[in-house]
Parts: sequence; C-alpha cells; structure tokens
Amino acid sequence: MLTQRLLLSDRGGMVVLGLVVITAILVPILNLAVPPDSPLYVSNFTVALLGKFLCFALLALSVDLIWGYCGILSLGHGAFFSLGGYGMGMYLMRQIGDRGVYGHPELMDFMVVLNWDALPWYWQGFDMFWFALMMILLVPGLLALVFGWLAFRSRVTGVYFAIITQALTYALMLAFFRNEMGFGGNNGLNDFKEILGFDLAARTTRVGLFVASAIALVLGYLACRYIITSRMGRVIISIRDAESRTRFSGYQVESYKLWLFVFSSMLAAIAGALYVPQVGIINPGEFSPLNSIEMVVWVATGGRGTLFGAIVGAFSVNYAKTFFTTFSPETWLFILGALFVLVTLVLPRGIVGLLGQLRRKGEKP
Amino acid sequence: MTTLDRLRETWRRDQVFDFMLPRPDFGRPVDTSHGPILYVEDVSVSFDGFKALNNLNLYIDDGELRCIIGPNGAGKTTMMDVITGKTRPDSGSVYFGQRIDLLKQPEHVIARGGIGRKFQKPTIFEALSVFENLELATASNKSVWYTLNHDLSGEQRDRLDEVLNLIGLNGQAHRDAGVLSHGQKQWLEIGMLLVQNPRVLLVDEPVAGMTGEEVEHTAQLLTSLAGRHSVIVVEHDMAFVRSIARKVTVLHQGSVLAEGSMDQVQSDQRVIEVYLGE
Repeated sequence: MLTQRLLLSDRGGMVVLGLVVITAILVPILNLAVPPDSPLYVSNFTVALLGKFLCFALLALSVDLIWGYCGILSLGHGAFFSLGGYGMGMYLMRQIGDRGVYGHPELMDFMVVLNWDALPWYWQGFDMFWFALMMILLVPGLLALVFGWLAFRSRVTGVYFAIITQALTYALMLAFFRNEMGFGGNNGLNDFKEILGFDLAARTTRVGLFVASAIALVLGYLACRYIITSRMGRVIISIRDAESRTRFSGYQVESYKLWLFVFSSMLAAIAGALYVPQVGIINPGEFSPLNSIEMVVWVATGGRGTLFGAIVGAFSVNYAKTFFTTFSPETWLFILGALFVLVTLVLPRGIVGLLGQLRRKGEKP
Repeated sequence: MTTLDRLRETWRRDQVFDFMLPRPDFGRPVDTSHGPILYVEDVSVSFDGFKALNNLNLYIDDGELRCIIGPNGAGKTTMMDVITGKTRPDSGSVYFGQRIDLLKQPEHVIARGGIGRKFQKPTIFEALSVFENLELATASNKSVWYTLNHDLSGEQRDRLDEVLNLIGLNGQAHRDAGVLSHGQKQWLEIGMLLVQNPRVLLVDEPVAGMTGEEVEHTAQLLTSLAGRHSVIVVEHDMAFVRSIARKVTVLHQGSVLAEGSMDQVQSDQRVIEVYLGE
C-alpha cells in the first residue's frame, strides 16, 4: 500500500531512485575491492565527488519541495545548508582535541590566536555526536520557523519572499565572516581529524560517508513523497495554484507553508551536515547568495515539481560544473547564466519534462 | 492624547480585551432565533479615499435566496470580501447568527465555520483531479498534521459522491479539473462550496460565460439549494436574476438603494435612474 503510494505510482522517481541505489552499492565495491590498475576501479576522487553530488541532490530535493510544490521560491536555502554544515563542523572541530597546531586541549586553533581563554557557551556540548545532530536539525529548523512565521504571517510571497531570503543568507554570511562570532571567521572550520572515532582520511570512512549520503537521499526522497502524496500534499499544491481559494476552503495557508518550510530547511541542513566531512571544510563562503541561486538552477534544470527531477538536475549541473571548472574555470559563470536563461525559455519543465515529451512522441509516431 | 490618557483608556475598569472574550463556538448550530443568519450593519470600507462601502446594511434570513445587483463599482465584491474576512471594514459590524462576530475571525475560520464563497472567475485547482478538488474542500479536520496522516472518512466520501452527482460531474471524477469546460468549472466550484457544508453560500457571478442551457441548469441548482442553505447571488445577468430571485437588493455607491421583489425593484424610480444613467 505504502510502497505503491511512495514508489510504484511514480515511474520516473523509481528509475532515478534505482540508479541512486545501484550507485550506492557499486561505487563502494569498485573502490574498495577492485585493484587500482583495473579499468573498473573507481578512484577516491570520484567517490568524494559523487558523495558531494548526493548531498547536493538532497539539498535540491528540499528546494524542489517548497518551490516546485508550494511555489515558495527560497533564494536562501544555502543558509540552512551551511548552518547544518557548521553544526557538523563544530562537532568535528571538538574531535580534534589537543591535536591542533597549538595543542590546546579544549580551544580551537583560531580561538587560541584570538587569545580567548575559554570555550564560548555555544560551543559547549558539541563534543557529543548526538547533541551535534540535534543542533544540526534544531538550529536551522528554528531559524526557518521564526523567519517563516514572520514572512508568511505578513503574507510575503513571490519575489519579495525570494529577496528577503537572499538578505537572510547574505546577513548570515557577513556575520560568520566576523572573527568575534567564534566560528573561525574567514577561514571557517577545517583540518578535521576524525568522525565518531573513524579517521576522516581513511578510504573506508570516505566510502562510509558516501553510503550515508546515499541513504539520506533515499530516505529524504521517500519522506518528501510521503508528504506530497498525502492530503497535506494536495493542499500544498492547491496553495501553489490558488492560494486564496485554499484559504476560503478553510485551510490555514500560513501554517501549511510554515511547516513545509521548516521541514525543507531541516532537509537542507542534513545535506550540509553530510557535505562537510566529505569536503573537509566549511567557511562563510557557503552562505554566499550565489550558492543559493545555483541550487534553484539545479532544480529548474532538472524539472521542478517532480522531486526526482531535482536529483537529476543536481547531478547534471554539478557534473557540468566540475567538467567546466576543470577545463576552463573562467567560463563557468557564463555557462551557468546561459543555462538559466535557456532552461527558462526552452525547457520550462526541465530535463525530466523534455524526456517525458520525447517518450510520448516515441509512443505515437 | 497624552500618554496618561492612553494608559487610563487601556486600564478602564469596564474594558474587555479581545483575547479575553470566549472563542466563538462554530461547532454549535448558528443561533438564528431572530430570523436572519447574517447581519451586516453600518459597514464602511474605503480604499485610498474611495468609499467602496458606505454604511451598508444588509440582513439575510436563514434559508433565503437573495440576489444582489448593482452597477460596476457598487461594492458587491467588497461586501463579499468583508463577510468572508478578506477585507476588514473601517467601521460597522458583521454577525453570523446572534453571537459570532465575523470581523474578529481570519478567513479560514470563517470558511470552516459555515460561510462558503465562489469567486467571480472560476478558481479551482487545475493541476488536481475533480475528485481531489472536492476532497480538498470537504468539511473535515483541516490542520497540517491531520491531513498529513489521514484520508477522508467513509461518511465524508459519501457526501462527496452525493455532491458529485448533484453537479453532474460523476463521470469525470478522475479527470484533471483543468480540462473541464467553463461551465463545468463553475459547477465544480459550486460543488466545492457544497462539500464544505456551509450555512451561507456567497456566489459571485455564477453564470458568467455560460451557454443558455447551462444557465438554466445553474438556476435550478441554486434554487434547489435555498432552504437548506442561505444563498446570496451577485449577478449582472438580469434574465437570470429574474428567473431565480425572490428578493433582490440593489447596491449603489456602497449602500443599499432598494430592496424588494424583482418587479418592485424594477419599477423603482431611483433604480431606473442608476441603471439608465439619467
């Protein structure tokens, strides 16, 4: 019953999810069990890259959930992603212990440089993994709750909402750049050693993180499907299409938007938390408004309002980004801009929509 | 006013703050012991100096079918906005039955409480099927958590099927609402009002853009609803109004110009002036 509802009723989603699962099984085997000189060998670099893409896919999912289904365009989802990342980063920093450059048993290197003599209150507790996990969900969730409550209650919608979310992430970026904030300022948090006792440089740990990201993506996808196939999901779609009609049908539109926004922000935060140990650094640059816009481009390119389209978009745009930034770094931003314009003009339903069209044409020649 | 005066005003001993009033109980039947189900009294609304409603007084009896006519800009739609909570008036009062003050309630509470509204332009959810459109509107627990985990109950489904028959869309339940004809969309929207089980139906231009046959059907539907529901119809189509109306209210410049049967109203000198522009 539930499988039918979550999986079988959506063929595209099944295909994409199947691919994710196959990748999650094959890549670790090909990386760990195949000798490096074999043509089938998957390099450590590729594992790290794919792991990153999986996190981006989860992030794209969270953007698609609110943009594609509820019509709330958030250009500040990078803020929640980065907050989740900082939460994980703080845990990883605490794990360094006295192995830092200055060898202080409790303080981070950047705190020693700033001549601080004690750990700030908000760093307390982050040495415990469960506490860090809780904060990774709670802090972005709470921010989304307060921010969303203020915005939705005043009925801020559309482009105005997009602008204030941009302002939100920009403000956070400026704040995190300050050394006095106690988050490492410009350099952010880096030089991590281990996670849950596993060495972060080890191949097995990296593969473990890769698999964890894949599992998070699958679970995140299923959770989103559960929401949008429920009655609540249909209310959300109707809010997107005719907000006042929904209101006059007796729904408190604001609370639907708010809870969806909070859920989406937490999903983004989980993506951020999985991203940081894999790339080994988090700095205020992640808050940059440009990042948040890029996320929207992934979803638009993949095809919004389909969920699996977001996954497709995150993978394809990021693959293109890796490709172009390797071969001609200075052209990437132009390509990104052109992509956005092209998708809007030519592919309003994204790659997924194009594939669907081609299939339908193939069926009745 | 000085700060002291303002403070005195706030702490007046006979002051009753809004938050201290008991929550209106929409669960209990609406108290219509004095006849009317809807009281609109001395309501004024102005937008940037333009008076859309000017001391409007209107009483709708329980189970009545009332038509409201008036030239463009007479304040018909603004009146509906005020009743359904979309616009807050500058002054006046709107009561639902004897006890419920509608001016203190947000839109969704008013809608749940039994006042349904059909918009001028048919607004249905085009991306959803006919069935899902009705499902959304059906009276049930409409909180976020409940809708996440519960489908409609058997009883609610029965009511839904009943309405589906009534609006003549039972064969099309699983088609996308977006592909329906204009008239069918209008009916679907009326159906969406009915599954809300409202006491009062506000219907804004139900026959705009309909063919002759569809108009006839709609007239039958609306007259059959009167009695069980109070129906307020705003319409421009005079022939249609004549075919369904028992009592007609003419609005002009935000207040009531005339009220009575269609014949009375049509022979009223002031109404003729307004409509013929003399």
